[in-house]
Amino acid sequence: MNSAVKSKDGAGIDFGRALKDGVIIGIVAFALLGPLVGLKTDQNMANELILQNRLGLAAILSAIIGVGRFLLSAFIYPWIAARGRRTKAAVTLAELEARARVTRGLSVTGLIFLFVYPILIISLFGVQGSIKWVDNYGVQILIYVMLGWGLNIVIGLAGLLDLGYVAFYAVGAYSYALLAINFHLSFWVLLPVAGILAAFWGIILGFPVLRLRGDYLAIVTLAFGEIIRLVLINWKDFSGGSAGISSIPKVTMFGIYSFDMNATNSFIKAFHLSPSSAYYKVFLYYLILLLALLTAFITIRLRRLPIGRAWEALREDEVACRSLGINTTNTKLTAFAIGAMFGGFAGSFFAARQGFVSPESFIFMESAVIVAIVVLGGMGSMIGVALAAVAMIGGTELLRELDFLKLVFGKDFNPDQYRMLLFGLAMVIIMVWKPRGFVSARQPTAFLFKRKTVSGDLVKEGHG
Amino acid sequence: MTISYRNWDSDPVLTVEHLTMRFGGLVAVNDLSFSVGRGDITALIGPNGAGKTTVFNCITGFYKPTTGMMSMRPKDGSLHLLERLPDFVVARKAKVARTFQNIRLFSGMTLLENLLVAQHNPLMIASGMTILGVLGIGGYKTHEREAIERASYWLDKIGLMDRADDPAGDLPYGAQRRLEIARAMCTGPDLLCLDEPAAGLNPRESAELNALLLSIRQDDGTSILLIEHDMSVVMGISDHVVVLEYGTKIADGTPTETRNDPRVIAAYLGVDDEEVEEIEQELDETAGSEGGRA
Repeated sequence: MNSAVKSKDGAGIDFGRALKDGVIIGIVAFALLGPLVGLKTDQNMANELILQNRLGLAAILSAIIGVGRFLLSAFIYPWIAARGRRTKAAVTLAELEARARVTRGLSVTGLIFLFVYPILIISLFGVQGSIKWVDNYGVQILIYVMLGWGLNIVIGLAGLLDLGYVAFYAVGAYSYALLAINFHLSFWVLLPVAGILAAFWGIILGFPVLRLRGDYLAIVTLAFGEIIRLVLINWKDFSGGSAGISSIPKVTMFGIYSFDMNATNSFIKAFHLSPSSAYYKVFLYYLILLLALLTAFITIRLRRLPIGRAWEALREDEVACRSLGINTTNTKLTAFAIGAMFGGFAGSFFAARQGFVSPESFIFMESAVIVAIVVLGGMGSMIGVALAAVAMIGGTELLRELDFLKLVFGKDFNPDQYRMLLFGLAMVIIMVWKPRGFVSARQPTAFLFKRKTVSGDLVKEGHG
Repeated sequence: MTISYRNWDSDPVLTVEHLTMRFGGLVAVNDLSFSVGRGDITALIGPNGAGKTTVFNCITGFYKPTTGMMSMRPKDGSLHLLERLPDFVVARKAKVARTFQNIRLFSGMTLLENLLVAQHNPLMIASGMTILGVLGIGGYKTHEREAIERASYWLDKIGLMDRADDPAGDLPYGAQRRLEIARAMCTGPDLLCLDEPAAGLNPRESAELNALLLSIRQDDGTSILLIEHDMSVVMGISDHVVVLEYGTKIADGTPTETRNDPRVIAAYLGVDDEEVEEIEQELDETAGSEGGRA
């Protein structure tokens, strides 16, 4: 019955109305463009003001607008309407289950792919050629996957809109940088320290802030992110100011091998390899992969524990939570602290990988990108967030490679400058197409008879 | 006048004394005192805007009363002064659970999950405040099984066993109301506060609700305090009725006493005599039919 309705609507494209729309819009456009474009004042050689008549151009532009409107009315709008009806009417449980199966299959194949990725790349591009693909794509994307998963706990599960997540990333990065340089501690000691410090700052921020809700919480967290950045810029004795901190020690392979070429226990010398930074990059790749998977593993476990259920209940209805004896302040604080801890882990990895940190790396834009990853992925969904990180970070990296556009737009065209424009356009399109993100359905954390996927329409987004 | 046995005076689970709640210049509740008897079903009734829900919010800690004292005595013999406790402690320590006038379920979570969230505090301890649970040590699994057991007992009791794994938001209205009661009961309360549990229910569902409330009192020994407009519920199952008007108590007694109280009739129905008689008759009929059912 559903398909019958659709085909009836599909066949019923009202060309007459579309044509009328097109003509009316064309006339309106001409009325506007006639004076604006059609008439141009200019100076001639004798410095006299003359009027150029460009009504032809205005007519052409109006015609383009009219035809565009005709196409919109005739094809695009009916198509969008049909799609809307279909998605509204036809998301049955069976369909949800099928989608959930696809998601599960995707996560298994994705996981296998992630583990063989560096090997694949090295065999395709050689040791030296792999650096770009492993470092710029692999490591970069995985950092954001991990940040996305960390923030997912705060936004996706607990429903608290945190726009200052990058602050915890910065705390982690500076903790590693400063402690490694001043106290010569190893990465493996400082990784948990950085996480604990970030969680500590999460709690410090959380105490005064978590009584706020919605927009107010968002604004205060945003401000916190900026405060951390400004402190890092201005407290020069402590953080080196805007010059940042350089020559941060590299990660060692558990203290056994070093990736410094000159060290006595150099990995490259020990295995008689040709000198290349590619080995270090592959090591970093696996390190961040494992850190990201640790985040995922802990999050999945937490969801099945009472604290995780309380987070989700908090997102659904805070008042009801309190009526059931749940201390909502503590519950929010744990979400904030655990999310911040993963941000701290990612931050210390970031500092070790770059060898250099400066406040420039922790601007609001970073927070916005991480929030966008979580929202785009579908709040609460691990695989969705991972896909969104691949799309957003991988996508922006890919846009750097748009050199072929120079052939189209000429040599002066710099595709890099259009990155943000294309990026924004893609975001708008995706949010129109899937307003609740890539994976909006929710998997229940416990079941009596059968695990049934919960449609995203019923899941609330939280209000701070 | 015969002196009947008044459970709420001799063995109260909750005593409210001189409760006053002001919002700015508005006095929502004015010097209200009443008791809820242990094991009783107590109805708090009154016209719209009489301050019933405000009393509820004070008892459950959502509002801090301007003045007054509310003492709660759970079965374990402890004494809690509710006006001093934050809302979540009222539920956790003083063992007062509540439902809401506009249903507040976790609509994106399944029925089972809703009932598990209600058992948060014992489960939290069982999971070693999360730390042991994440590491997978300690007996969290057994405790969770027990919690699921308890949840299925309640799902069975409200007749929603077959929908255990469906999202709560998918349930029809009447079932949502029952689920909210079951969720409140999963916290193991000694006093259950129901804010208009029969609102929006059809007569059959309303009768089912009566049966459910009676069985909660009988099987679980939980005292019930309810706000209700549906007279079949109030007169049919309650042992004790407190009537509010403009934040002041105008009557307090057994259903029969309050029904015949001229001030209650006036408050509820205005003072048009013909109408009063009409409604009185109706009330008699409902009480009669309830009696017949029992």
